[in-house]
Amino acid sequence: MLDVAALRREFPTLQHGVGGRRLVYLDAAASAQTPRVVLDAMERYYGAGRSNVHRGVYPLAEAATAGYEGGRAALARFLGADPRGVVLTKNATEACNLVAYGHVRRHLRPGDAILSTVMEHHANMVPFWHAAEANGLELRHVPITEDGRLDLGAARELVADGRVRFAAVTHVSNVLGTINPVAELAALVRAARPDAVVHVDGAQAAPHIPVDLAALDVDSYAVTGHKLCGPTGIGALVARPELLEGMEPFLTGGEMIRDVTLEGATWNDVPHRFEAGTPPIAEAIGLGAAVGFLEDLGMDAVRAHEVELGAVFLSGLRDAPGIEVHGPEDMADRGAAISFTVEGVHPHDIGAVLGDRGVCVRVGHHCCKPLMRELGATATVRASLHVHNDVDDLEPLLEGIAAARAMFARPAVSA
Amino acid sequence: MSELEQLYQELILDHYRSPRNRAPGLRGEDAHVHHSNPLCGDEMDLRVRIRDGRLDGVAFDGEGCSISQASASAMTEAVTGRPVEDVLGLVEEFRRMMHGEDPARDDDLSDALAFRGVARFPVRVKCALLGWMALRDAIETFQRGAGTHAVTHDDGGDDDDR
Ligand SMILES: Cc1ncc(COP(=O)(O)O)c(C=O)c1O
Repeated sequence: MLDVAALRREFPTLQHGVGGRRLVYLDAAASAQTPRVVLDAMERYYGAGRSNVHRGVYPLAEAATAGYEGGRAALARFLGADPRGVVLTKNATEACNLVAYGHVRRHLRPGDAILSTVMEHHANMVPFWHAAEANGLELRHVPITEDGRLDLGAARELVADGRVRFAAVTHVSNVLGTINPVAELAALVRAARPDAVVHVDGAQAAPHIPVDLAALDVDSYAVTGHKLCGPTGIGALVARPELLEGMEPFLTGGEMIRDVTLEGATWNDVPHRFEAGTPPIAEAIGLGAAVGFLEDLGMDAVRAHEVELGAVFLSGLRDAPGIEVHGPEDMADRGAAISFTVEGVHPHDIGAVLGDRGVCVRVGHHCCKPLMRELGATATVRASLHVHNDVDDLEPLLEGIAAARAMFARPAVSA
Repeated sequence: MSELEQLYQELILDHYRSPRNRAPGLRGEDAHVHHSNPLCGDEMDLRVRIRDGRLDGVAFDGEGCSISQASASAMTEAVTGRPVEDVLGLVEEFRRMMHGEDPARDDDLSDALAFRGVARFPVRVKCALLGWMALRDAIETFQRGAGTHAVTHDDGGDDDDR
């Protein structure tokens, strides 16, 4: 069990109220709060260990290199991956683009197809559409069921002709909260086409559920530091080193080359080949501290906390008048993001009223416009949970929604 | 008044709860535009009827937050019956007000003046502007001799860079 009261004290931002009220942060799915240990690690780098990496031979530079590579190693350990497969990027979006440019554009040809789903975040969708357009590839999308799960039967049909050579799927939906059976999906894609590459967007999974990439058996996995309690400006593509070996560099310049003559260059080893220029050093160090923080809590304990709390939020929201919750019914099938709509009140107005009461939720289409169309909504309200949330966060949410309903109620049309 | 009460004044809520000139059609329409604001998911259909150089009728319909709906409602009352050039001037007046400038035509803006406080909520400015930008586009669509036009706003809402 997590000691939430003690944990809350670890997050400096949570100490600041809004207009005399406690800050109720229900938006970790957009960006998690940063614990003190992460700030301390970054402060030590800037305050006492500042230098570039992979260059100087003096002790300060060696320490900076060790800190940067330590961040990579920590992330690899956290996800059960080989550090040689961890490319540090700016965020998950860049990680998805790296696969799209380095692999899809390089290796897929007209006649090949890409499998995706209707619930992808734009980050795991647009780079592949763009690649499909450039290379003349066909796009196929796995539909969802009524309760917001991938329709695996439909997926099986979509891959049956053996032309799907690349699949991009999210591990956990940022809107519906659905935890997708990615291992099963990867298996069915490869059953139809053994050499198909399966890329997974883990931005919403890695912060909330234990992830063991060796067991998931996918080819590449994108994460973003700021949702993992780490700093902004860092993310990673965590891939099989062999996939990286076959990929074209996406950004070129310093750091990523082994040798340069005026006639040409030879590329550095993976993963450095994909990290052109001075990398985000403090951010890598901060990310290492962040995953260490989550490991110390234990990802099983984090998941258990969110399952228990999520069930309380789900039933509290379902029981309140006028609220429709989207996505799977049961916490067993879902992560910590809960999207809902409130009858007669636009999500923007809900968000403004809640914000005024110190309750932070996300409103809008959550960068998932195709999914919004599937849901028949233009926008939703999303409350998302993390380690610092507890049952006492539900009441302010429900009270704020009730206040918004009272404020924006339109007169009933008399019959 | 709290910040929130300033944003949601009673006059604004009244336009939201009982919108004026909100209808799915307009008899004798001369131009019809569809505007959307992908950031919020707001959608608006706006229709105008122009007779002898005057805005003879305007109707809006769609889905959006209270600010976008109420602003469009207040706008329809302020602009109906005016010469179209005057309407375009008033649109510009409202747009400037949303950028924090003091309006010169308080009386002409009428209820739309209540949206002045929205300027302090940058994310909501585009909501308040949606109807006004649609109206400007509808008049210009008519002036070009076209009947329909669809626009997606993905910037701050005022499409200065059309
Ligand atoms: C499922 C999912 N994928 C990708 C991203 C993109 O993350 P970033 O903006 O950090 O690249 C997000 C962030 O909202 C997300 O929720």
